[in-house]
Amino acid sequence: MAEEIKNTAPQNLKVTIDNITIDVPAGTTILNAARMIGGEVAPPAMCYYTHLKDSGGKCRTCLVEVSKGSEKDPRPMPKLIASCRTTVMDGMEVKNITSDKVLDARKGVVEFLLINHPLDCPVCDQAGECDLQDLSYEHGAVQTRYEFARRTFEREDIGPYIQLHMTRCILCYRCTYVADQLTDNRFHGILDRGDKSEISTYISKAIENDFSGSMIDVCPVGALTDRTYRFKNRVWFLKPMDAHRDCDKCCGKVTIWNRGDEVYRVTARKDQWGEVQTLPDGKPAWICNTCRFEKKHTDDWVIEGATKIDRHSVISQGHYVGTIAAPDPLEKVLQGRKPHLLLDIHDESEVNTPQVHLSEIEGPAVGKTFNGDPHASGHNVTDVKIGAGPNEKGTDSTNPNTP
Amino acid sequence: MARKLLLEKANIEGIRGYDVYRREGGYKSVEKALKMAPNDIVEEVKKSGLRGRGGAGFPTGMKWSFLAKPEGVARYLVCNADESEPGTFKDRYLMEFLPHLLIEGMIVSAFALGSNVSYIYIRGEYDWITDILDNAIAEAKQYDFLGKNILGSGFDCEIYTHRGAGAYICGEETALIESLEGKRGLPRIKPPFPAVRGVWDCPTVVNNVETLAAVVPIINEGADAYAKIGVGKSTGTKLMSACGNINKPGVYEIDMTMSVQEFIYSDEYCGGIPNGKRLKACIPGGSSVPILPANLLLKTAKGETRLMNYESLADGGFATGSMMGSGGFEVLDEDQCIVRHTMSLARFYHHESCGQCSPCREGTGWMEKILKKIEYGRGELKDIDLLWDIQRKIEGNTICPLGDAAAWPVAAAIRHFRDEFEWHVLHPEECLKTNYGLAHYADTPKSPEGDLVKA
Repeated sequence: MAEEIKNTAPQNLKVTIDNITIDVPAGTTILNAARMIGGEVAPPAMCYYTHLKDSGGKCRTCLVEVSKGSEKDPRPMPKLIASCRTTVMDGMEVKNITSDKVLDARKGVVEFLLINHPLDCPVCDQAGECDLQDLSYEHGAVQTRYEFARRTFEREDIGPYIQLHMTRCILCYRCTYVADQLTDNRFHGILDRGDKSEISTYISKAIENDFSGSMIDVCPVGALTDRTYRFKNRVWFLKPMDAHRDCDKCCGKVTIWNRGDEVYRVTARKDQWGEVQTLPDGKPAWICNTCRFEKKHTDDWVIEGATKIDRHSVISQGHYVGTIAAPDPLEKVLQGRKPHLLLDIHDESEVNTPQVHLSEIEGPAVGKTFNGDPHASGHNVTDVKIGAGPNEKGTDSTNPNTP
Repeated sequence: MARKLLLEKANIEGIRGYDVYRREGGYKSVEKALKMAPNDIVEEVKKSGLRGRGGAGFPTGMKWSFLAKPEGVARYLVCNADESEPGTFKDRYLMEFLPHLLIEGMIVSAFALGSNVSYIYIRGEYDWITDILDNAIAEAKQYDFLGKNILGSGFDCEIYTHRGAGAYICGEETALIESLEGKRGLPRIKPPFPAVRGVWDCPTVVNNVETLAAVVPIINEGADAYAKIGVGKSTGTKLMSACGNINKPGVYEIDMTMSVQEFIYSDEYCGGIPNGKRLKACIPGGSSVPILPANLLLKTAKGETRLMNYESLADGGFATGSMMGSGGFEVLDEDQCIVRHTMSLARFYHHESCGQCSPCREGTGWMEKILKKIEYGRGELKDIDLLWDIQRKIEGNTICPLGDAAAWPVAAAIRHFRDEFEWHVLHPEECLKTNYGLAHYADTPKSPEGDLVKA
């Protein structure tokens, strides 16, 4: 079952994840190694964000089992470990979806994340591109076992562009890392402790910074939403397009979300893991608030083309790239005989004769092909004038199934 | 009577001050240690078999030898005095009555580890003890045991106290380090371990108060003499803080060869259970270790006498055993309600969860709510299974051991006292008025002194 995947990066360490072996450079985390393999092998991540240093380790959805520590020390790790914060060792063997323990723990984590989540997806702007929706769809239970009051908070506007709906927050801490690492000052943070923790600004101080909007991009749920877009539309009605403009603050490379000619919202470009893309120069493609909130006209942008959404959310529906057609069962049913091109059944009414099996006829069938009494079927359709064509209702009058 | 190594002189008048402490043989270990090579001290501690007294019981010498020693980078020793486990108060006693013993142990340890600056992270509620320690540090400084070039050895040693702000989580070593650095007390994700990146990103050793104090007798009497006390891998003496339904609650220094039965019933220690009540259950090592019913507490599942040491208390794993933990020995008599007790612990862990990782943040609150529901007669039988499932999904899946600490008491209570939980569910009216009493299998003789082997 072992399958080798070659990577162009300097090949240093060998790691086996779910029986697939890959060579990765030293210092790669298990999560990133799994993402290099791709597909289902990559554990879900709610709090880890590649471009935000020190993020991760908190949500525990990316827990994996290490069944062999390394070549040198083959002992398995006693606990499940957070793959986003653990670097690979040479010869490490990791189990993700092949471990029942992992799937069970992940189910537990999803349940924990959801017990205080309002599940107000029908009125949430994030619906359709929400990491938590995807996660609970894939790993969650059908029904909740939580029967107590859920934690609620008042909605809070933080600055002119961002609204915080703390009730939906899963406390991934990503937005605090954005403030620490992208903006020049952090005015918001976590107040209180335990399940009373909340993200809040320091005495509701508005967040005004050129890159504060990136918090919306990194928020995995609908806790931080774009005030200029709230309740304007549903994401799956919008058409995402890659666009750019010359911006002196940021890279200017964005995704604009249109309906008709109207730009409903502007976001950073996301990769298949829902994270901001890396530009060719290696820098993350964060965008500034001017691009995000103020350039809401198609004329502001040079459109490059439709964005292909790789993620598994509702918004990526309709992409049938790479799908494999199911094998045609007809040949098997006909016991090896090839199906024949048949005439229009209504032109040649004899086909209704039950004694003749259509597939047994050589070549295109015509009326003469059929032996036996055409009236024996009980359908006297030969009385209908052949080739009468559409009637005044626009339907074919020769078709017995239409009025 | 077992030998006391730490608390021997605790009752001497004025021992809190430098003069009396010095007269009684204090600071001898510092003089001795400064003549040794630092690595020899580490080897000596390794040889003594001393295990961490904070709860996990990790061999101290090993921990010290893991300390990274890169050139030109400062190393730190941190004393974890953030004792906040319900039922544990041994460090408080030690620091309150023998502050110089801790300072002495810290100087020796700091010298062994090459730490020029050491910190005592002390629980904020122990504010008067902070004053006692500050006073002791000032005295030690005055007599040249702290400061620059102590006793002319060329070794600089400073100790600072730092008060916590009331969070239990800051007893976890990485959260303690974060708090010490002035940040929110959130546990760090390991690796890297503090031995590589601790305080200010420098290699750090974090040790419990009792562990550091135990270094003093090890240096004074030699590792071999220390290792002779106790049994197996549980060497030396251990401070136990006994509380609950016993006649003589308090801090006792025990030799780890003593049986649990002797500890509870002998007059020298806990002095039995008051009012002629019978023993129902016991938490042998602080609130986070599994609770044990009386029958499993006194004898292991194999029928051997359970002793007060790391191995014997853990005998049988979590199915029929518990843990030595931090030494908070809590005894429950037949009048105590296990559901209420578990609820109270769940409330504590819910309140103290830092909220960083999701299983602990959400799970502890959920467990508390379900336990409250059962305790107040509104529970259903399925809640017991749900509770079991929740604790199972918290345990081992969190960043720090607080998740485990929250899950274990609940798991053990259901494991050993499921009948009591069911009784609460099935008798909602009655459970508000009376207690379940003794678990049927925990029936012990009323006066077990008869078969008690006197030491």
